[in-house]
Amino acid sequence: MSSTLYDLIGLAAGVAFILALKGLSHPKTARRGNLIGAFGAALATLVVFFHTNEGSSLPLNNLGWILGAIAIGLVIGVPAARKVQMTQMPQLVALFNGVGGGAAALVAIVEYLNLGDTATTAEVIFTVFTVIVGCVSFSGSVITFMKLQELMTTRPVIFPAGRFIIAATLVSVLGVGGWVVNSLGTTPLLILAGLSLLFGILFVLPVGGADVPIVISLLNAFTGLTVAASGYVLDSTLLIIAGTLVGASGTILTRLMAEAMGRSLFGTLFGAFTAKPQDVAAAGEERPVRSGSPDDVAILLNYARRVVIVPGFGLAVAQAQHTVRELADLMISKGIDVAYGIHPVAGRMPGHMNVLLAEANVPYDQLAEMDEVNPTFGQTDVAIVIGANDVVNPAAQTTPGCPIYGMPILEVNHAANIIFLKRSMRPGFAGIENELLYDPKTMLLFGDAKASLTKVVSALKAL
Amino acid sequence: MEPMAIVSIFVLSVFVGFEVVSKVSSTLHTPLMSGANAIHGVILVGAIIVADHSTTNLELGLSVAAIILATINMVGGFVVTDRMLEMFKGNKK
Repeated sequence: MSSTLYDLIGLAAGVAFILALKGLSHPKTARRGNLIGAFGAALATLVVFFHTNEGSSLPLNNLGWILGAIAIGLVIGVPAARKVQMTQMPQLVALFNGVGGGAAALVAIVEYLNLGDTATTAEVIFTVFTVIVGCVSFSGSVITFMKLQELMTTRPVIFPAGRFIIAATLVSVLGVGGWVVNSLGTTPLLILAGLSLLFGILFVLPVGGADVPIVISLLNAFTGLTVAASGYVLDSTLLIIAGTLVGASGTILTRLMAEAMGRSLFGTLFGAFTAKPQDVAAAGEERPVRSGSPDDVAILLNYARRVVIVPGFGLAVAQAQHTVRELADLMISKGIDVAYGIHPVAGRMPGHMNVLLAEANVPYDQLAEMDEVNPTFGQTDVAIVIGANDVVNPAAQTTPGCPIYGMPILEVNHAANIIFLKRSMRPGFAGIENELLYDPKTMLLFGDAKASLTKVVSALKAL
Repeated sequence: MEPMAIVSIFVLSVFVGFEVVSKVSSTLHTPLMSGANAIHGVILVGAIIVADHSTTNLELGLSVAAIILATINMVGGFVVTDRMLEMFKGNKK
């Protein structure tokens, strides 16, 4: 294949990626956009096999190894993507992002070994950049995966002199990076990779569970930039375009997410070190709460005129999306005005709840975004909070210094009655006590969300 | 490649990247992140190129690992994004 044709196909793939991102920004075109992106990526991968680089010939060297490795990747990646539960989506995205970063770092290392002394200074600098950022993205994503999968604590991990250790690691990463550029050795490069992996871990550990999605998005943008940098080293326009697109759009997306959560990016990353110590003692004490039965809930709902359902991650964990839809349909048939109040970060990731409710075929027009639904809580008779906690916690508005302070919340505290469906008194993902649970107008219905909702549905039917 | 050409490509791509996602609603944040994630799986192309260049066992071993990881990133990313978006389409009337 001629070089011109190869480059033109590469350009076509680049255009496909732009169309993909553009399509993904609108609900109607999103699926088509994703398919266009997949087509571009497949095309770009296919033509590499028919393109000869300078000094090499077709078929590619090590062709068997290449095809075998792709087959292994398919066998691992496709079933993982097809079988994952929608509730575990954020972890999977984090993991896919991490392996991408790892791949970019490996590509840079191999090309560096291969170029040896012939590498130009610019190439070495880009290689160093790719190795550092790729390794940070890899190890950082593994930590975010473990936090989301709850393989480790979701709370910020703070260790003594944490910020000094992190700063010292960063300084040594940069120092070793400079050493690689100057002395061009394999050993310094491997030390650099090791230190960067360590830095990625230290960088993500202090981030609290609720802020993890922002970090995933940031690491996603990082990986994009490493792909662009390897594009420079490998002289591939396509990699430069694709990587830069992801880097830029990922940065914007990170900022949009942080805004939706009312957080600054800086506060997300370093908040754990600057926040004042919490008053932990208060959380442990026993205080009276008002708990009710499914019948009590059904009676309350039967005489309501307007009900707002606030779904949270606990709803998805209990797989209760279908049951909640049944309840909503039943209330609508009784002439009750029903809406779902969706917090932008309900679930474990911005927009996650919309995906989960879409899975249960909840009609799109019943989903109300936070800004629409908040002014209506004053006229709402009952707010049903199902498996949500942090997104309705008034502490975000009233307690400066608490980890979610400043995050916009769904103001269910303005509703006439509040029903919480909870498994236990355990605090939410951010690990903060919710005063609303002790409010006199709050009724708690303990138990598995799905079982409780089923009982409420049959009680309401009987009325 | 000409350094100036590279800088031009880079800068223009940054602006295109900013523009295309600047007005996305929070509803689509998860699929968009996942889709963008799949796009950087195109590092697979780079992994195949370095596997072709590889002369030592170390280089080949590392590039095979890179190809496996990149394939997971690219193919898994597009498949999972499609699964999410399929559901969104279902309730559009």
